Amino acid sequence: MMSEETRKVINLLEPGHTGCAGCGQAIAARLVLKAAGPRVIVANATGCLEVYTTTYPRSSWEVPWIHSLFENAAAVAAGMEVTLKAMGRYEGIKIIAQAGDGGTADIGMGCISGMFERGHDILYVCYDNEGYMNTGYQRSGLTPPGARTTTSPPGRFSYGNRTRKKNMPMIAVAHGVPYVATATVSEPRDLMRKVQKALEIQGPKYLHILVPCVPGWGYESELTVELARLAVETNLFPIFEVENGVITKVKKPKETRPVEDYLRPQRRFAHLFQPGGEKVLEEIRRIAEENSRLEPGPARLFGPSLPE
Amino acid sequence: MRAILEGSKAVAEAVRMCRPNLVCAYPITPQTHIVEELSHMVADGRLEAGFVLAESEFGAASIVLGGSVVGGRAYTATSSQGLLLMVEVIFNIAGLRLPVVMTCANRAVSAPINIWNDQQDAVSIRDSGWIQLYVEDNQEAVDTHIQAFRIAEELMIPVMVCMDGYVLTHTMEPVDIPEQEEVDRFLPPYRPKYRLDPDDPFTMGAMVGPDAYMETRYHVHMDMMEARSVIQRVADDYAQAFGRHHGGLVETYDLEGADVVLVSMGSLLGTMREAVDELRKEGLKVGILKVRCFRPFPKEAIHDALQGIEVVGVIEKDISLGLEGTLCSEMRAAFCGEESPNISSFIMGLGGRDITVEEIKQVARDLASNPACRVEFRGLKEELLRGDEG
Repeated sequence: MMSEETRKVINLLEPGHTGCAGCGQAIAARLVLKAAGPRVIVANATGCLEVYTTTYPRSSWEVPWIHSLFENAAAVAAGMEVTLKAMGRYEGIKIIAQAGDGGTADIGMGCISGMFERGHDILYVCYDNEGYMNTGYQRSGLTPPGARTTTSPPGRFSYGNRTRKKNMPMIAVAHGVPYVATATVSEPRDLMRKVQKALEIQGPKYLHILVPCVPGWGYESELTVELARLAVETNLFPIFEVENGVITKVKKPKETRPVEDYLRPQRRFAHLFQPGGEKVLEEIRRIAEENSRLEPGPARLFGPSLPE
Repeated sequence: MRAILEGSKAVAEAVRMCRPNLVCAYPITPQTHIVEELSHMVADGRLEAGFVLAESEFGAASIVLGGSVVGGRAYTATSSQGLLLMVEVIFNIAGLRLPVVMTCANRAVSAPINIWNDQQDAVSIRDSGWIQLYVEDNQEAVDTHIQAFRIAEELMIPVMVCMDGYVLTHTMEPVDIPEQEEVDRFLPPYRPKYRLDPDDPFTMGAMVGPDAYMETRYHVHMDMMEARSVIQRVADDYAQAFGRHHGGLVETYDLEGADVVLVSMGSLLGTMREAVDELRKEGLKVGILKVRCFRPFPKEAIHDALQGIEVVGVIEKDISLGLEGTLCSEMRAAFCGEESPNISSFIMGLGGRDITVEEIKQVARDLASNPACRVEFRGLKEELLRGDEG
């Protein structure tokens, strides 16, 4: 077994796993653990992250880690926290539950809501790659409008996904979660600072990280960090922190870029640049515009009104 | 301490004395009184355990899973729809080899929705890798819960104690509640063989492909087979410590020279004993085989108990729709390749319909006069079948 000193300096999510070249989620998960340190226990949902890091008999995790099911990471983590406390073994341990966007905003919502509501001392991390990428790029509740997925294909009667991204951070805020933040892999220091800040706070914490997906989004693998940056600079993924119901920090892009700069490099949006795509592009611009108005102050639901 | 207690309260007392580190459940009839009583114990400080009121049975099962992986003794209870909602986690707990103990207050399964007793819920998840022990009365419920933690922790296999909803959970009976020191002697603190701990990190729940998956299932199966001797031994140890034995895998009653043997699981055995006593007085030689352990299935014990018996009737409160009662099918497997008694399936008491002493006696009489293998529903209302009503 590696000493704790060694584990402090190495990657707690080790290289050598089978994630895709340029996987945004692998970058984010490594940064989360780097910030959290070795005294954590991780409950991981089913998904890419679980599959490519733990193909038996190998494991990339240098921390105690469990995968149970797709939709129960929050509940498994809750059971750990309560039990360790009851046994007097909780001191100095941090518990992280993590899942993708499907495991969080769709199938896992019940368990997450229970964990938030009961106030467990857990950091929940959602790695949002905007679809069920592990099973071949199907649509999730966090797939953005217009995106082509294998279950929201463009066609004679379709311009890709019809729905908006479910506003998970605000759903967490509405539960009274004391610390809610968003982050992405283009800003690793900001991401790690948020993990560390979250772990200092008692109670449930929610961190929502945008993680570009090379095969699911359809772009060249060296563009992962660049796309994450463009998502922020186009205002399509706002970066902010909410503390005790108050938005305390919003990261404003120095220079706002047009949404096309973010959409064009991705094959999932290619059809929007064909005849007829303009209507969807217009909607996406509206979302970006609405996100750009996010300001510090009491948190309330933001984003454009639902489509007609 | 001997007291007149409702079954649910008696079970809660037994669970309390097993010193769980985590109790977590979601309310569902007829399991509710167990969880309510445990809630009172926590509120009064009589039970010092982590206590979580989950957002669903799925959540409750996942939470006890989490408690168990960090080395805690974890307990939950449910019924019917709740058990079915847990199913994905139930299989997962068994596959991860976590010694969770659960009470299933047996209840019928929807549709039509019905809150009364039968055993369709637990029987339907027989293949999940949980040990299933069915109890006959509230004393056996108390004693079996205490045994369950020891069995589970020795084998790292979860145990479900199945007790008939209402018939046991809501019924007052005199029950002997053991002393805490006696329970402590019988059930030492849980020493997990593995647990998630930052001081010794390891990975649980890895992705296992075709190259190794079968071997993991084989291990669980072999340990389940081994569990039969452990269940028997723990029941014997319990008898030594507490002076009460309810059978290990099976129990027999009046099998000596029996022309007909009736078989069942759970609280119906009490009614059956009465029926058999009367039948014996009336001159019909009928015996009873009580199946206490349904998983692992005690093939050898059943085979041995029924040596020389020619006619068997399995009365059960479940059905594998399109076949017959599940226990009946499995009884037949005990005689594979050998001359088998005629084993018939009698489906009775579904959705809480009463099963009377007279109905049981009639099953035995009918089998004595016609031993042919068959599947029959008993206690059906002809007028409802004809559609005369409603």
